[in-house]
Amino acid sequence: MKAPLSWIKEYVDLPADLGIEEITDRLTALGLKLEAIETSGAGIEGPLVVGQVLTAEKEPQKNGKVINWCSVDVGDANGTGEPQGIVCGAHNFVPGDKVVVILPGGVLPGNFQISARKTYGHMSAGMICSARELGLGEEADGIIVLPADAPAPGTDAREVLGLGEEIIEFEINPDRAYALSMRGIARDAALGFDVPFHDPAQRDTPVANDTGYPVQIEDTDGCDYFVARTVTGFDPTAPTPDFIKKRLEAVGVRSISLAVDVTNYVMFELGQPIHAYDRAKLQGPIVVRRANAGEKLETLDGTVRALDPEDLVVCDDSGPIGMGGVMGGASTEVSESTTDVLVEVAHWEPRSMFRTGRRHKLTSEAGKRNERGTDRLLPPVSAQRVVELLVEYGGGVVEEGVTEVGPTASPQTRAPLTEITIATDLPARIIGIDVSVETVVKSLELVGCQVSVSGDSLTAKVPTYRTDLVDPYDLVEEVARIVGYDKVPSVLPRRATGRGLTRAQQLRRRIGRTLAGAGLVEVVDFPFVGEADFDRLGLPADDVLRHTVKLANPLSSEEPGYTTTLLPGLLKVAARNVSRGQDGVALFETATVAFPVDQAAPIYGVDRRPSEEELEKLLAAIPRQPLHLAVVLAGERTRGGWWGSAETASWADAIDVVRRLGTELGVPVEVASASRAPWHPGRCAVVSVDGVEFGHAGELHPNVCKAFGLPARSAAVEIDLDFLISKVPATAAGPVFSTMPVAKEDVALTVSTDVTVAAVEAALREGAGPLLETVRLFDVYEGDQVGEGKKSLAFALRFRAPDRTLKAEETAAARDAAVARAAELTGAVQR
Amino acid sequence: MSGPNTDYDPVEVTPLKAEEVEAARDAALKAIDAANSLEELKQTRLDHAGDRSPLALANREIGALPPAARKEAGQRVGKARGAVNQALAARQKVLEAEHEARMLVEETVDVTLPTDRVPAGGRHPLTTGAEYIADIFVAMGWEVAEGPLIEAEWLNFDALNLGPDHPARTMQDTFWTEPAENHVVLRTHTSPVQARTMLTREAPIYVVCPGRVFRTDEYDATHSPMFHQVEGLAIDEGISMANLKGTLDHFATQMFGEGIVTRFRPSYFPFTEPSAEVDLTCFVCRGAQVIDGVTCRTCKGEGWIEWGGCGIVNPRVLVACGVDPEKYSGFAFGMGIDRTLMFRTGLSDLRTLFEGDVRLTTAFGSEL
Repeated sequence: MKAPLSWIKEYVDLPADLGIEEITDRLTALGLKLEAIETSGAGIEGPLVVGQVLTAEKEPQKNGKVINWCSVDVGDANGTGEPQGIVCGAHNFVPGDKVVVILPGGVLPGNFQISARKTYGHMSAGMICSARELGLGEEADGIIVLPADAPAPGTDAREVLGLGEEIIEFEINPDRAYALSMRGIARDAALGFDVPFHDPAQRDTPVANDTGYPVQIEDTDGCDYFVARTVTGFDPTAPTPDFIKKRLEAVGVRSISLAVDVTNYVMFELGQPIHAYDRAKLQGPIVVRRANAGEKLETLDGTVRALDPEDLVVCDDSGPIGMGGVMGGASTEVSESTTDVLVEVAHWEPRSMFRTGRRHKLTSEAGKRNERGTDRLLPPVSAQRVVELLVEYGGGVVEEGVTEVGPTASPQTRAPLTEITIATDLPARIIGIDVSVETVVKSLELVGCQVSVSGDSLTAKVPTYRTDLVDPYDLVEEVARIVGYDKVPSVLPRRATGRGLTRAQQLRRRIGRTLAGAGLVEVVDFPFVGEADFDRLGLPADDVLRHTVKLANPLSSEEPGYTTTLLPGLLKVAARNVSRGQDGVALFETATVAFPVDQAAPIYGVDRRPSEEELEKLLAAIPRQPLHLAVVLAGERTRGGWWGSAETASWADAIDVVRRLGTELGVPVEVASASRAPWHPGRCAVVSVDGVEFGHAGELHPNVCKAFGLPARSAAVEIDLDFLISKVPATAAGPVFSTMPVAKEDVALTVSTDVTVAAVEAALREGAGPLLETVRLFDVYEGDQVGEGKKSLAFALRFRAPDRTLKAEETAAARDAAVARAAELTGAVQR
Repeated sequence: MSGPNTDYDPVEVTPLKAEEVEAARDAALKAIDAANSLEELKQTRLDHAGDRSPLALANREIGALPPAARKEAGQRVGKARGAVNQALAARQKVLEAEHEARMLVEETVDVTLPTDRVPAGGRHPLTTGAEYIADIFVAMGWEVAEGPLIEAEWLNFDALNLGPDHPARTMQDTFWTEPAENHVVLRTHTSPVQARTMLTREAPIYVVCPGRVFRTDEYDATHSPMFHQVEGLAIDEGISMANLKGTLDHFATQMFGEGIVTRFRPSYFPFTEPSAEVDLTCFVCRGAQVIDGVTCRTCKGEGWIEWGGCGIVNPRVLVACGVDPEKYSGFAFGMGIDRTLMFRTGLSDLRTLFEGDVRLTTAFGSEL
């Protein structure tokens, strides 16, 4: 919302010595936030004066251009009183015209220094200015030609041009609808500085009669007040007066015609949207109703709109002629031939305005005010102001007929003022500051409330222009902003007795640190995904991961889903790092993914807490969103250097990430082979705890590496972290270990290649009995010496007894038992 | 060894003559002194103290002497051997020390060689940043609350006094899920966690909620469709704006250091009333507005930076979430973590946080 300071000052007696920054600081403190201050003509320095062209000789140039060599009277402004010689390229003036001249020594916007200089064979001493050169507009059809009655040559041109106008741009919060007008801003300025306010809405209005244009309101819920006034014999060619033009330009509205400009001017003045019709184009009485299904309307912006039965429309015998309160229709628009203007000012129900605006994606200055709520008593005042201005600047006469219909039109049927009752100490308690009852009452009276105190409570009757004041706490905010937010002291609340982080929160931190400690780098990525991503992962057409929560308005139509897997995003990030020159990338991401549930979430009322049952139903409709961990390892896992060459990441590194987490968290993770896209079918592990699978790890399928632009043999992990965390024991059992000497035995076993190490190891463990402390595979051999289809596994066994040094025979017996069990269960043969 | 030779004249046994023993001793001592390495000393030991050495041989002759002569000869030889052994031990020690010193010199490496066999990992600054913030509040006895990123429309909007026709609903461009009748959205703020907390816990409530949120913003240096907020909620008897200010001042000081506090400006949020914008003392010029005579670029000479929004929880929200507004009042606040992080670290482009370049994360190590 832009507001010229001079306009605001018309309605408030601000002290003359008050600077604009003091004003905007105070208004910001009151909740009308300063966005920017603009000054028209900023950047112009030095002598800018009125000049009168005495002679202008046209001189054709070699380049085809024709210049004017002018002699310009600038009075005494040049110090000599002699005419000034100036070269000018424009042709929209004749000798005798008054123009705007900047003399040598002056500066134009953009730090354009003006000096006397030789050009086109003449010494040009200054410049005749166009509006664009002065930074006053984009139009430059030539220089500015001032009216003949402009002040004498030599006079400072700034005032003539209206330069130096300070325009304040406010950021108005949606609740402060009243501040979308000079009236409202001036009122806050008045209370801010405790100076008199002159309400521009204090205006005598004629008594309504039944000779005005006939209007019927069929839907009084949508429109409770409709005023119609008519001006006849209006001159449609009459120009908009300069001050209206300039002010509309300042607030950011284009000047169209006198009739339209006046309605806009009064809207910015009072905050009340107004519409003007060409009465000659109206057919029969005006009716306000909801649209009928199938009705169409061409609005002023040239769009033909299919109306919704909820839209409020203004109709005549021809059907809808305007979307009430939002935008007028094209068929009854005022034009350059309109002589009879019908002025409509109505009070509309905000919710309808908001819905219609949203439905038709229509934003207008009128809609913005109507959907936030206008002063319901303003229609007759605004209409009076408009017809007065129309007649003053466009001639014609105001018709006697004054139409006022709707329940609000009559004091008898009008809704009473909103009353809010609060405890007198509520503001003090909520603000946390000593505020006397007197201060509370005065503050509320300053904003326009009628306040009555009774015992420990007070009742405020809210003025009609403060549609935002509804609840007790709304009054608290009014008191707070007037007392000043800067007066709120800084007091810590009483110390809470919290239980610290939850176990899951602690474990998530620990997991992050463990992964970082293992050399993995955490990244954060967007969760949006598309079919192409799943295709690149090589997921089958019916894969459950393809079933995503779909977005109605995705940022990109390529990624309309909320992801079910972190891998596509993470693989892309890995590829980005590789393309940026990283030789090895080890990344992890923890984030929730989403699996749709096909249930609708109810919308409940807000006047009470939903019941447990209702709450359960609500929560059940929210997609399941487990926390996932994904890891990708691409290229070098360790760097090459003076110690040796780099090691490339492999399936084993991926699986080790999960195992390491299991160890860190005290959860025994089982690893088994699996086949699952996007992994290499022979190098993929499924990981589980207590027989429940919670993810996969291994080498990526070669096609996936290619599809994502990753180095061959890149490996990845994706697990359900919520599940893993749920398996972490609440307490770890303290280990019991012997300090007796260890006995070491190595065994080499030949097994069939399809026997897993895990199976052999389990058999060895089982056979060795309680003396076995650890078993660890230290070598695998396949080749001629073991024969086709076989492999040799070398295990290191460590034995220890809790209470004694083991004798050689005991160790040997345990070892033999281990080997025997392995032979029995896995067909292992000791080499 | 032969038995005592009774025919022998001990005085005539050459090796046992005093001058012979002394000569052998002197030769040994000289050789020991001359030994310049442990290897040489080893040879010297064999030559002069070994089984075939003159003194060892002399010692062997003692047994052949008549008993009367044994004592003197024994003493003489024993003394000589003792001197030699002592010299050997001393020399051994010296040479060992020299050897060790030389070894250490020879084993010297260039300790500036690279040692980063395994590249460093790290946690994302948004993660550690959120933890840093959470810890400030946990230290005050608050708890960390959480909620899902895909949320029921009722919790994201209605329960927070953002009714279906509330103008403020258009301020937050929402990602809606299909079908729209399911009334499920990507949460546009962390505030639904407030609602969830009040719906599931008894007052008093002191919770902080860092988390991820989504809005349909274009992606550029200062906007992102996904970003992070931290929400705070306190519900207790007698909670006031002064408590809110106290809490945020404490937060600001803990986050940005002594002297950094907050300022309130009136604002509007449907879920709070009264509402305020929170400004933070500019942490670069620390409120001075100028640095070395130049207008502070971070706050553009304001001395303050916009930090977030806050206010007293609207009693309508309390009612919808089952908190008795007659008994309790509350405050809530929210600010961008990404923005706070950019303040703290001087990052200028928001996208740096989300594009996953490892150079970002590793620059922060595992902590912020």
